[in-house]
Amino acid sequence: MSTLRVTHLAKRFESFEALRDINLTLQTGKFVALVGASGCGKSTLLRIIGGLETRSSGRLEIDGTPITAPGRDRAMVFQDYSLYPWLSVAENVRFCRTLKTYAKNQSDAAIGDAIRRANLLIDLMGLARVRDARPDQLSGGMRQRVAIARALMAQPDFLLMDEPFGALDTQTREVMHDLILHVKEVERSAILFVTHDVEEAVYLADRVVVLAPNPGQIDSVWDISLPPRAQDLKLAPEFLHYKREITQRIRATSGMVRDRGALEALAGG
Amino acid sequence: MSARQKAPNPPIWTVRGTLSRRLYRLIAVASFVLLFGAWWGVAANGAVDPLFLPSPVAVAEQAYDWATQDNLLADTGISIYRVMAGFALSAVMAVPLGLYIGAYQPVRAFFEPLMEFSRYLPAVAFVPLVLLWAGIGEPSKITLIWLGTFFQMVLMISEDVSRVPMSQIEAARTLGATNSEVVHKVLLRSAMPGMFDTLRLTLGFAWTYLVVAELVAANSGLGYAILQAQRFLQTDRIFVGIITIGLIGLITDQSLRFLHRRLFPWTKK
Repeated sequence: MSTLRVTHLAKRFESFEALRDINLTLQTGKFVALVGASGCGKSTLLRIIGGLETRSSGRLEIDGTPITAPGRDRAMVFQDYSLYPWLSVAENVRFCRTLKTYAKNQSDAAIGDAIRRANLLIDLMGLARVRDARPDQLSGGMRQRVAIARALMAQPDFLLMDEPFGALDTQTREVMHDLILHVKEVERSAILFVTHDVEEAVYLADRVVVLAPNPGQIDSVWDISLPPRAQDLKLAPEFLHYKREITQRIRATSGMVRDRGALEALAGG
Repeated sequence: MSARQKAPNPPIWTVRGTLSRRLYRLIAVASFVLLFGAWWGVAANGAVDPLFLPSPVAVAEQAYDWATQDNLLADTGISIYRVMAGFALSAVMAVPLGLYIGAYQPVRAFFEPLMEFSRYLPAVAFVPLVLLWAGIGEPSKITLIWLGTFFQMVLMISEDVSRVPMSQIEAARTLGATNSEVVHKVLLRSAMPGMFDTLRLTLGFAWTYLVVAELVAANSGLGYAILQAQRFLQTDRIFVGIITIGLIGLITDQSLRFLHRRLFPWTKK
């Protein structure tokens, strides 16, 4: 069981204050979604946790150990799939096994385990039929499945997902939602998920963190207590309650009210 | 109302439209037929002095003589050798250098301005210097072709490497790849199709420097033969030399394109 802890974290890009005083905890087995208006710094926060961006101040640690660089304990899934087009689906999934950090243990048992795990992930993500295909021969949804399987192959303690379904159509997204919930049940990774889609956040996460922009800071934290997820739940009153409340928080923090005033002025009102 | 719609014509004149392979070949062949037809026509009606423009027949006869009584094959062979040696030397140096310029900013800062400066150096002006440095043997000819291609090649290769999507790099880093693994397993592999294209283009540059290279104390080769023919106003021989170089270029270019499609099937064109 691992715990990722963010304390008083701040990030500046020269004169622009991107994040201010962020405090966040993520534990194994948990699913946390970061939502917020565009420009609230949710992706920046995820990238800092992934080690792809530096922080300006504050602490970031896993089980008390400070982190400053990317590591295999924090695999990331990107919106644009980022697959390796020269590798087949199965080779993409197994990519991390070609890296030195995994090569330390090359006993027959370890290699056998890895092959089993790769096959398991390929089955889990519904990729068995296309395991020898190239990424460019797959649809967007299938590509994202490969990217998720590739990240899970590293057995990360934390799976970081940056708007992973943002480029997919609604039907494909729903399939991916149920798939990722299934992944959460069978895998031990904690998941930190950035999205601008509130419904997606409420449906997937145990906890939804709303970020407010200018500068990016935590507006509110919502622990979601809902029955086991099924697509019908999206129409249930308790689900809609969360969706409405969180959406209102985002609206309240996004400066949309000011925009309305500007629009009216523009219309000559 | 009940009139059946005619199938729309294939959009060959649409911007970025499509063209069947057959039609493409037909048009391509037509361009050569047109060019040679016009040449033959102008030469046949005696409008131009054969000294300025020898007829295709005279050129063909000259080619036959050169091939049978002289040594067109040997001249072609030695020229191919010089071009390939100079080009290979450039490639062997430019690929690693371009890769590291594209990978690491300090390497870029050190080499890029230097290369930008060097690529404007006129290879022809180096002829006396190269003679001095490398003597009158084969190395001086190879050096001149290297001078003409290397700097351009380095810059183009580093561009290919810079075009590797950031998320491919970041995905590898969050899976635990080291810097050197990112360079060799992601940058190099991902940029390979682009590098291959760059090499195909710069091979063309190498051929254009052949005549310059064979200015240096040569007594064989197509470039040398062209220079000799110039001295004796044998325009038909100049034409044979030029057309031979053109044909070699066309054939290698088409073969490399074919190879590109075979090696990198995911980069559909």
